[in-house]
Amino acid sequence: MCDLLQIKGLAKTFNRGTPNEKSALANINLVVDDGDFITMIGGNGAGKSTLLNCVAGVYPPDAGEIRIDEVNVTRWSEYRRAVYLGRVFQDPMMGTAADMTIKENLALARRRGQRRTLRWGVTAGEHEKYREMLGELELGLESRLTGKVGLLSGGQRQALTLLMAILKTPKLLLLDEHTAALDPKTADKVLDLTNRFIQADKLTTMMVTHNMRHALQLGNRLLMMHEGRIVVDVRGEDKRRLKVDDLLQLFERASGRQLDNDRMLLS
Amino acid sequence: MGQILTAAVALGLLWSIMVIGVYITYRVLDIADLTVEGSITLGAAICTSMIRAGWSPVVGTALAFGAGMLAGLATGALHTKLKIPALLSGILTMIALWSVNLRVMGSANVSILRMPTLFTFIQRFGVSRYFSWIILGGLLALALVTALYWFFGTELGSAIRATGSNPNMVRAQGVHTDNMVIIGLMISNGLVALSGALIGQSQSFADIQMGMGSIVIGLASLIVGEVLFGKRGFYMRLLSVALGAIIYRIIIALVMELGMNPNDLKLFTALTVAAALSVPYLSAAVRVKRKPAGAARV
Ligand SMILES: Nc1ncnc2c1ncn2[C@@H]1O[C@H](COP(=O)(O)OP(=O)(O)OP(=O)(O)O)[C@@H](O)[C@H]1O
Ligand SMILES: [Mg+2]
Repeated sequence: MCDLLQIKGLAKTFNRGTPNEKSALANINLVVDDGDFITMIGGNGAGKSTLLNCVAGVYPPDAGEIRIDEVNVTRWSEYRRAVYLGRVFQDPMMGTAADMTIKENLALARRRGQRRTLRWGVTAGEHEKYREMLGELELGLESRLTGKVGLLSGGQRQALTLLMAILKTPKLLLLDEHTAALDPKTADKVLDLTNRFIQADKLTTMMVTHNMRHALQLGNRLLMMHEGRIVVDVRGEDKRRLKVDDLLQLFERASGRQLDNDRMLLS
Repeated sequence: MGQILTAAVALGLLWSIMVIGVYITYRVLDIADLTVEGSITLGAAICTSMIRAGWSPVVGTALAFGAGMLAGLATGALHTKLKIPALLSGILTMIALWSVNLRVMGSANVSILRMPTLFTFIQRFGVSRYFSWIILGGLLALALVTALYWFFGTELGSAIRATGSNPNMVRAQGVHTDNMVIIGLMISNGLVALSGALIGQSQSFADIQMGMGSIVIGLASLIVGEVLFGKRGFYMRLLSVALGAIIYRIIIALVMELGMNPNDLKLFTALTVAAALSVPYLSAAVRVKRKPAGAARV
């Protein structure tokens, strides 16, 4: 197994030199193996989103190095890194273009990382293929290929964004609380789908969640962040044996205080 | 009355190309671009000055289009590379173009009376003045609508449309959104300058002030077109905003005929736009009151 993602000495401080200065990431070191499915937890403001955003190139880091598939992408802008990455965001509005049709959104995603040419934006063959894929989601989207994405429900949009993220197989899939804005039933459905896609393509994945049950159930490795650091990193057999109580203890030992976070779901 | 209507339709067709340009920025890119106030004059200034200097009107018109694209490039660079807000970027280019246009024309206006224009080519076949505008303006508008429909259906065009809808998503799909905005602004201002070149030739005259208020005329036409002819399909949308330009001219001709003081025209247009801009909001508010939308669940 080779290292798919290597992060060395990554640091990020927002609003440096102002009264609002906030250290979001402090010296992060992380190696993600090819095929790892990592679940990430941590309290509000722990730095989970910032870490994912630094990997995706949304913010330039203050220090450190990021390598994807051995390529140093630290100085690459967001759009260039997209060639490696599939991403789904917390906000269902963020991953799709509301004014465009489902088909057009999928066609944009299928060409991720490619030069946009003057060829037709959606070819005839794509239509049938998309219909099949949407059919497998079982959300009734296959009959709405030419309908505007803005008319879909949050859950439908997240499922579509997920499909868009894996349509062109990414080296690394980044999921930032992608089910947090959905009602529990829909969230489970989208999560199911996520797991299915990840297993089917053996996708290397980093998934942030506030749901401890999900974090424990899914994936082969679990990271816990606290105040800009990775404080817990368990994998394989150790992770499989992990219980919610163990997680709480690990958190207390790492942070020196009780877990008092409403958003960390223990259910 | 027939003559007045013909003139209004003819002028509307020449302006329709400008309105299509405004549509690209205002609706597709979701940017209110004030560059157009300068680029419409730029087009007229370049085209009339070239004709005056003995160049063919075809060359003058083509160069006007190219110059308009450069104006769009300037605004796009200010906005995307230097991170100046879009509205302000447009204003900066517009102000800069005032000086550029004076340089191009050498004075505050240029007359090309009795010199060849694209329209005199057509008039040679025995066509009247207004009908020459209608023929050329109509053909060009139709050709441009078709070309733009094709372009915005390509991979590149889709990426530009998506950038106007959700730049975050487009970046995540590996598209350099800055470039998409710049290309859109270039096409838009190229069209506006082309329209300016046609207007300049139609009146055999270019004037440093002719762009003043043109963004408002453009928006008025755009909204009139959308309200009257609906928004179904991209081709129909482009056609309807072009038609809006004609309707707008007819409305103006009618109110003038009814005895409105020409000095009040700008006030009238501004009020029309304010009213039209509020139509979508007001009608949505009415709809919401009538039936609360039920959110679909997965
Ligand atoms: N764009 C930004 N500008 C300024 N500060 C920011 C920005 N993004 C994040 N921060 C700050 O950095 C810290 C880490 O935020 P981050 O969003 O990474 O946390 P998180 O672990 O994702 O939290 P949550 O669980 O609430 O999503 C927080 O204190 C946050 O306020
Ligand atoms: Mg977060």
